[in-house]
Formats: sequence, structure tokens, C-alpha cells
Amino acid sequence: MSLINVAEKRLEGFKLHIVKTKKFKTNTIVWRMKTPLKKETATLRALLPYVLQSSCRKFPETPALRSYLDDLYGASLHVDVAKKGEYQVISFTLEIANEKFLGQQDPLLKKGMELLANIIMEPLAVNGAFDSSTVEKEKRTLEQRIHSAYDDKMRYSSLRLIEEMCEGEPYAINVNGSLKDIGRISGVNLYEYYLQAFSSDEMDLYVVGDIEEEEVESLSKKLFIFNDRNPERIETSLTENKKEQVVKEEQDVKQGKLNIGCRTHIAYGDPDYAALQVFNGIFGGFSHSKLFLNVREKESLAYYAASRLESHKGIMMIMAGIESDKYNRTVEIIKEQLEEMKQGSFNDEEISQTKLVIENQMLETMDTARGIVDILYHSVIAAKDVTADEWLKAMETVSRNEIIAAAKKIDLDTIYFLTGKEGDQ
Amino acid sequence: MEKLIFSQLDENLFHERMDNGLEVYILPKKGFNKTYATFTTKYGSIDNTFKPLGKEEYVQVPDGIAHFLEHKLFEKADGDVFQQFSRQGASANAFTSFTRTAYLFSSTSNVERNLETLIDFVQEPYFTEKTVEKEKGIIGQEINMYDDNPDWRLYFGLIENMYHSHPVKIDIAGTNESIASITKDMLYECYETFYHPSNMLLFVVGPVNPEKIMEQVRENQAQKNYKEMPDIQRKFENETVEVAEKKKILKMNVQTPKCLIGVKAENTEIQGPEMLKQELAVNLVLDVLFGKSSANYTELYNEGLIDDSFSYDYTQEKGFGFAMVGGDTRNPDKLAERLKAKMLEAKDRSVFYEENLNRARKKKIGTFLRAVNSPEYIANQFTRFAFNGMDLFEVVPVLEGMTVQDMKQAASQLIAEERITVCKVLPKK
Repeated sequence: MSLINVAEKRLEGFKLHIVKTKKFKTNTIVWRMKTPLKKETATLRALLPYVLQSSCRKFPETPALRSYLDDLYGASLHVDVAKKGEYQVISFTLEIANEKFLGQQDPLLKKGMELLANIIMEPLAVNGAFDSSTVEKEKRTLEQRIHSAYDDKMRYSSLRLIEEMCEGEPYAINVNGSLKDIGRISGVNLYEYYLQAFSSDEMDLYVVGDIEEEEVESLSKKLFIFNDRNPERIETSLTENKKEQVVKEEQDVKQGKLNIGCRTHIAYGDPDYAALQVFNGIFGGFSHSKLFLNVREKESLAYYAASRLESHKGIMMIMAGIESDKYNRTVEIIKEQLEEMKQGSFNDEEISQTKLVIENQMLETMDTARGIVDILYHSVIAAKDVTADEWLKAMETVSRNEIIAAAKKIDLDTIYFLTGKEGDQ
Repeated sequence: MEKLIFSQLDENLFHERMDNGLEVYILPKKGFNKTYATFTTKYGSIDNTFKPLGKEEYVQVPDGIAHFLEHKLFEKADGDVFQQFSRQGASANAFTSFTRTAYLFSSTSNVERNLETLIDFVQEPYFTEKTVEKEKGIIGQEINMYDDNPDWRLYFGLIENMYHSHPVKIDIAGTNESIASITKDMLYECYETFYHPSNMLLFVVGPVNPEKIMEQVRENQAQKNYKEMPDIQRKFENETVEVAEKKKILKMNVQTPKCLIGVKAENTEIQGPEMLKQELAVNLVLDVLFGKSSANYTELYNEGLIDDSFSYDYTQEKGFGFAMVGGDTRNPDKLAERLKAKMLEAKDRSVFYEENLNRARKKKIGTFLRAVNSPEYIANQFTRFAFNGMDLFEVVPVLEGMTVQDMKQAASQLIAEERITVCKVLPKK
């Protein structure tokens, strides 16, 4: 038996993934669609799902749609636009109670899937244009969303690092688009983009829960019908590398936010990807890692000091919140620790400890429906079928030398530091 | 060991009170990989004035000490407990709230060993002057991190507005100044007073055998010598019902203004079923008034006064409580005025009907079902409920019994002009 039991089927214009499990008291339906990140379409894409979720032909007014969701026992409808590798991924997630725990017969899953089909396939549009007042409202909200990234300084500094580090690469494009482009969007050009996206994006439907496979399949066939397509793929460059650059920005902040970007030259699905994961776990992924121990526990420089991988882009990001005058010392420790990893100064216990924790994290992720979908979706992004079982097995067999080899591939690219203004402290 | 059966939810809960007073609950979850356990003391940031164990006089301890103690419990003579957990494949964590400090782990292997580690590390404190000093730098950075977070500042600014003297107004982590005075002896004094098993609850949820786990906890506790514990004496100054400040403006390095309005609750001394009913009724009231399907939400959204950061929430514990509504906004003055007007309008009782009650109720029941997918939710919420004499598994039955009259009464009790306050975060320039 495998860790995730998934039945997959190619239907008209999309792929259906059914995960039958008795773990949950709700059923989760996720519609995902992706296309390469591009400046010209990023803002349209960032807006599109929000316009779609606010009305449809069946529920022309938002409150009516929201009331219907409440009546379906508080079904939650959530849309999201994310950057996964150099793709801009739109998700529609609908989570709905399983009626068997409500002691009644209302076919909630069917109603939920019908509603999702209404939202994505029958939008409120007349004469080739979305309703303009809806578009204007959602443009306003998107503007706010872009502004609010500035106000959360931890988020802001990690966004700024990527902007600086990946300048000129698609990965640097803001997933929410740009303020400048919002102004150019109308009900007409957004509707044109809607038609384009749904006819050319790579699309996947996930249904997770205590469900009947045949029922879900026949509903999906009936409700979701699109043209065949040959979705566009992007070849992400893993070789870009600037000579170490340092970018400092002054703002009125109490705590300096240090974000360091490295190129790993290794992407999801590569033979040494599992070794990279173990490397990151020893180096900065957990509360037993080198960064936590040396930056936080030994020298009390930070509350958070960690690293994480952007698996599909071949990037590792290191972050720590520190006093502005501790910049030099912190960077020095981080560089030392990275160098020591390359020299192999970690022991077998750290390796086995890290593998155990990574395995634990992976298995825990499978205890949520969204986690299951995220794990499965990695294969779509990378266009490589790697099952959770295969992945765990590869990770468990990683050797010390493979970890060192992965470490040696890593190049420091950009150091970004958001620092407090002098005299402000 | 008693077994409680919730057939509608298809869950069984096992419970036993240990001889030393520790309450232990186990909820087996079939099909899950992970086991999640929390070990919680009924001791949080508000418990800053109390009679230390064995003493006659009240003492007041520095702000942030409960949270400081939480950090320090992880450090032992032979190193850091995080290391031990990860060697056993677990991830560990802890948090301090107004009224609780919880220690937790989750793991998909070595569950018994991890549980042993959890119980033992919490029950074997090791504080030294040196490690206490070292922690001040780390927590100082945690405090600075929150200081840069406008949503956190807004939240606490609003609570400060509400309370004259109640310690809920004090930031959970304290300040750089207040933690500077913390010593190892103070930590021991707090520890001895609040970490007795009779003031604690252990919750284990996951694919476990309840008999085995209960036996393990029994054996573990039997090896430890705890003396009978007298009731803990906490002291809170009398707090008047009206808010301390009607409004506050915080200038911060942000682009988008933020605005929250708060209502300070009265009738917060209640516990048990009475508290559960009040809490759920207020939640339904807020859903009807400000939920995404409400007329108010639609109106404010259409006018561009709110965006998807808009939210509302109700917090109640013994001795304090508040409702909060708001979010990012282009026009904080106008939003504050409108939200306040909507609140006061709801007091006149004409806005609650059978139809919106039914809708809000259905939504709440579905949300509860979604929440019990989560081991974290079950363990943490069950503990909070139990510390207030409430039963988490009574939520659905109580919701089902709720009437329009109950909502009207909850709204009329909650809302009053003199208990409403506003806090705004505005850009510096």
C-alpha cells in the first residue's frame, strides 16, 4: 500500500485526481491551473480568481453566493494565486462537510462540485465582458493586497530579496502583479484573458475525502468540459548566479531583517534533490539545525534564524531577525556554518536525526487534505512523477558524501538587509 | 479510565484523573499518521499577582515572565530539549496565551518516548542565572519582531484601550525593560506555584492505543512525588465596565491604514455551560452582523471601506472578554464610525431572525466539523474549554438549541456605547 492512494484520470482538458480516505469529516475539492509567470499577464491572473469567486450567472450577487455557501453547512470557498517555481498557479479550494456526520441526506459533495463548476465555467459576463462594478471592486482589493505586502516587514524583506536576486528572471515577477498594470484592466480584457487561461493552462482537479470514486468521476466528466491543450512549460534556469551582492535598505524598523539568497543548482526531481533536502534540514530547516543553534542559542542574536528551499527554482533562502548593529557578526556566522557544511563538519547523528524529522514532516503533511494536494502537485510543477513513497525512500538512503556534494553546489548570491534608520533606535 | 462516546462525530474520548490531580484525555484518531500531544498549565500572562506556594503575601512578578518561563523550560543541564525531540523524530513547540502555557509535540514515530520526554521536561525545571541571562537577548528579538508587526500592535493597542488595570492589557512577552529584571529564583517561584499536576491537563490525539498511553502516564506520574496542593490564590484588581480609552492612534511605517473597533464584554465571571452558551451566542451574533454573506459586509466592501483582511473575533476567559471587528482600510475614520453604528443598531434587536440564525448556525456546525479534522484544534481547544469548565463536544448540541431570543439577548448584553473603543494604525507620513 502506498502512502497516498490516488486515482488519476485524464478528462477533457484537465486531469482528475481522486484521493479516497476516511481521515476527514469534510471533503475537499481543489481546482488548480498553472501557466508560466509573465509580466504581461501576471496582474490579470492575480485578479481573475477573485472576480470569479465573487459572482456567477447562478448567483449574480456576492451575498447570495456567500449565503448559499453558509447554507451548505459553512462550505469554505477560498481562492489563491501562488508562485510555484516559475509558474503562477491559481487555486480554487472548496471544503465542505461530509453529510454523514450531520445525520442527514443532503448530497453536499455534489452541490459543492456543481457550485465550483458554476463559478469557473459560468461567470457573470455579458457581451464578452465581466460585470464592470465587480471588476472595479476587486481591482481595489488587489491594490490593497499589493500595498499590504509592504506593511509586513518579514514578508517585505523576503520579497525584496527575490526581486534583487532574480532580477530579469521570471521568478522575480510579483505574484500579485503590479499597481501600474491594474489600471489597464477592464471587464473586457479580463474576460479575454479568462477565455485564454481556461483554454491553454494546465489544469488539475483534486477531490479528497470519504468519497465514491465512480461518483466523483462521473460528476467531474459531466460538470467540467474543456478543450484539449498542450500547456506551455518553462525551462527554469538554475545556472544564473551573480557574484555575491549586498543590498541594504533603510526603513523605520525596530528589528533588522536579514534575508540571504543562495543558488542550489538543484531542482525538485533531480537525482541529488533528496540530498539537498537533508542538507537544508541539518543547516537551517529545523530547531535542531546549525543556524538555530549557532545564531540563536549560542549567541542570542535572533529569535528566528532558519533556511528554506524553493524546490522548483533551485533557491535556498536564509532569514534572521536581528539588531541592526549585529549584521556583520550574523553574516559571518551564517557563512561559517555554510562553509562547514561544505567541509562535512556534521556527524552521523545529525544526519539520522534530520532524516527522521523530514520523514515526520512529510507524514504529518498527509494528515491534512490540503497537504495531500500540495504533495501531489509537486509532480505537476516538475512534470516528473515522484510518489511520496519513492521520495521518502530516496531521502532515507542519502549518504554523507551526497550531502557534502549537494552543499558544495550551493553559491551565495544576494544578501538583503532591511535595517533600522540610524539614530532611530 | 472513563470512555466518552460521541457517535454522531464518530469519536471516542478517554479520560482519567491521576492521583496527583493531573487530568489526562486521549482521543484515538484512526488513519492519521501523526500523534499530537499538549501538556498545558492553567497559567498565562494575566497571572502576574498571586500568593507563591507556601507564602502568605501576594507578589507581583515582572511582565512577560510566564512566556519567559516557557522558553527556559526547554533548556536542561545536558542541552536543549528540541534536540532530544528531533532525535526521536518529533517536532516540539510551546506557546503562552493570556491564560495558558502549552507544551507540545507531534510525531509519527516513537510516540511513547516522545510523550515521556514531553511530560518529563515540563516536570523537571532547570534554571540557572547564566541561561536566564542568555534568553533575554533571544526574547528581546522576539519582542522587537512583534513591535514591527502592525497587526499585533493594533490588536494590543485595542486591548490597552479597553482595560484600566486588568493584566490582559500587558503584552504576553512583556517588554525589554520588564524581562531585564527576571531572575532564576522568580522563575522557580512561578513554576512551583503553577506547574503542579492538579493545575495541568495532558491531551493526546492520534493513532494511539488509549489503554497503553493511560498506563504509561499513570506509571510516569506514580514515580514522582507531588505534595497536595492548596488552591492557587490569584489576585486581579477590580475592573470597571466602561473602557479606559475611547480611541488611540498608532503611527507606524505602513502604507495602508488599519482600524479595529472593540467591545469590552461584561458578565465575564461565568464559567461552564453558561459561558459556553454566551460565547457561542456572541459568535453567532458577529456572524450575522459581519459575516461575508451579511448585508453589512457587502455594503462596506462595495464602498471600498474593507478588503479581504477584514475579520471579527470574540475572546472570552474568566474575568475578561472582548469582541473585535476591522482590518485594513483606506478610510479608518469612516470605517470606525460605520462599524460602531452597525454595532449600536444591532442592539435594538430588529436584525436577528429565524432565517439568519439558521444560516449562521449551519455555518458554525460545518466549521466545527472542519475544525475537528485537526488534531491541533482538538487538543488546544479542548484544553481551553476544560479550563473554563466547558465541554468542546457540547458545541454542536448547544448551537442546535440556540434561539433568536438568545441572540437578541447576547447582542443586547454585549453592546453598549461606553464599552466601545477604536484603535487605528496610520502611516507616519
